[in-house]
Amino acid sequence: MNKLILGRYFPGDSILHQMDARAKLLAGIYFIFVLFIANNWLSYVLLWLFTFFVMRLSGVKFRVYFRGVRPLIWLIIFTVFLQILFTAGGEIYIDWGPITISEFGLINGVYIFSRFVMIIFISTVVTLTTKPIDLTDAINYLLHPLRRLKVPVDEISLMLSISLRFIPNLLDETQKVMDAQRARGTEFGEGSLVQQMKKIVPIFLPLFVSSLNRAEDMANAMEVRGYQSSKPRSSFRRLNWHGRDTIGLLVMVLLTIVLVMLRTEAHVY
Amino acid sequence: MVMQIRLDTVTADYRVGPIRSPKILNAVSTTVKSKSFSAVVGHTGSGKSSLLKLTNGLLLPTSGQVEIGDHIIKSENPKKSVKAARKKVGMVFQFPESQLFAETVEKDIIFGPLNFGMSVEEAKVIAKEVIVQVGLEVSILKKSPFSLSGGQKRRVAIAGILAMNPDILVLDEPGAGLDPKGKKEIMSLIRSWHEEKGLTTIFVTHDMDDVALYADEVIVMEKGSIAFQGTVRDAFRDADRVRNWHLELPEARRFQLKLEKEKAVSLPRVCLTLNELADVLIEVGLA
Repeated sequence: MNKLILGRYFPGDSILHQMDARAKLLAGIYFIFVLFIANNWLSYVLLWLFTFFVMRLSGVKFRVYFRGVRPLIWLIIFTVFLQILFTAGGEIYIDWGPITISEFGLINGVYIFSRFVMIIFISTVVTLTTKPIDLTDAINYLLHPLRRLKVPVDEISLMLSISLRFIPNLLDETQKVMDAQRARGTEFGEGSLVQQMKKIVPIFLPLFVSSLNRAEDMANAMEVRGYQSSKPRSSFRRLNWHGRDTIGLLVMVLLTIVLVMLRTEAHVY
Repeated sequence: MVMQIRLDTVTADYRVGPIRSPKILNAVSTTVKSKSFSAVVGHTGSGKSSLLKLTNGLLLPTSGQVEIGDHIIKSENPKKSVKAARKKVGMVFQFPESQLFAETVEKDIIFGPLNFGMSVEEAKVIAKEVIVQVGLEVSILKKSPFSLSGGQKRRVAIAGILAMNPDILVLDEPGAGLDPKGKKEIMSLIRSWHEEKGLTTIFVTHDMDDVALYADEVIVMEKGSIAFQGTVRDAFRDADRVRNWHLELPEARRFQLKLEKEKAVSLPRVCLTLNELADVLIEVGLA
């Protein structure tokens, strides 16, 4: 429960912490698309260097990022394996009937692995350096155009910020309930799969009950203070766009240009 | 049965998510005597709850060892001794009603006993016994715990711990959030259960009147160490010292000191309850 790094905020005062949430969010999403421009070794090396540079800038220890990848490592390894086994072409190293490991397969595997890990690293950078509340403000801002299409943008972002706000509470409470059931003799992580699944009930039920109670309290508190969903709302927090945010986005554009220039025409490995 | 708790230079860290507070307990050594009724008090963050969690292995010492009866919990290979210790130590958390989960009160109460290997029949018999003990009707066993009132839920949750038949009872603010009457009832039922079963009981509280009324011994925690351990009367003797611990005095003692100051008299004893104070006042002829 305490090992989940993706989605957590690490307080700090690096340049990334100071950047506008909108700039970080845009750049983070943009990076995922940019990744797909790369199609040769050189561009991947460049992207790795960029990723590590950004991670360094965040002022958070690399160890934290590696811990963030750990929960997803099996998914990544599985995907990489599929790539290695089912991509054909180039020199063949191993050939066991339907299973072949070829040059292209291996190269593709490395690329896929890089993409996965870089996406995780960069999105972790965004969440580690941005307060969840700023992030929802940014989402709210970026979704604004959808209002024209009658999408309830404000409600969506309110829901988002409320749920984000309660994640730490929920984690604390999970810990507490787990401790309480442990004290009553439950041992987690032991026994057969069915037994282990049964042990989830005594954790989840109390959590559901308290979440529902809290939601009701919250709704009542909002109502007595006159919250109405359809009314226009002003914001207590303000997002401020500075020069450094523009520069940040320009860096992303520069990265794109370099990657496009590095891109080889044909699918050459 | 001898069920004392002994801590031997125990140091422990506390960790929530990425934040880690090292040395929430710093080289603590103490012995809680078998069959004693002790209160643990101290300022917020002084390590009270951590001290409780050590007793059943929810928190493991980073160095030193915890002895529960003849089970020794250390940082290396704790698994077996922790399990044995949990069977002996019944732990009631703060707001224990939040751990209720089963469809009926009965199922919730027998959850602990079943986990520790009791048969269903045995457990059900015990459930009937403890539900009366905590001052509820037997008929409540068939109800859903979620249909009960706050105070009833608290009692059911405590019953679930008592049903495990622990030799040591550990409670983290059992009266928190209850009205004065409910709180008093909970505290006196714990005290009477303690007497009846000959338990060793430790409870955390912020209310010094609880300490004065129910406890025999006090452990005062300060910044991860034990600042004082001894009888309740000794603990509240010196008002300045109590203030330095960031604690209050019990109502009667506070009144006694004020009276002594205003009347410029000195009463022969430290009074913890209003009755004691009244007796002493009659004795010296002031009332």
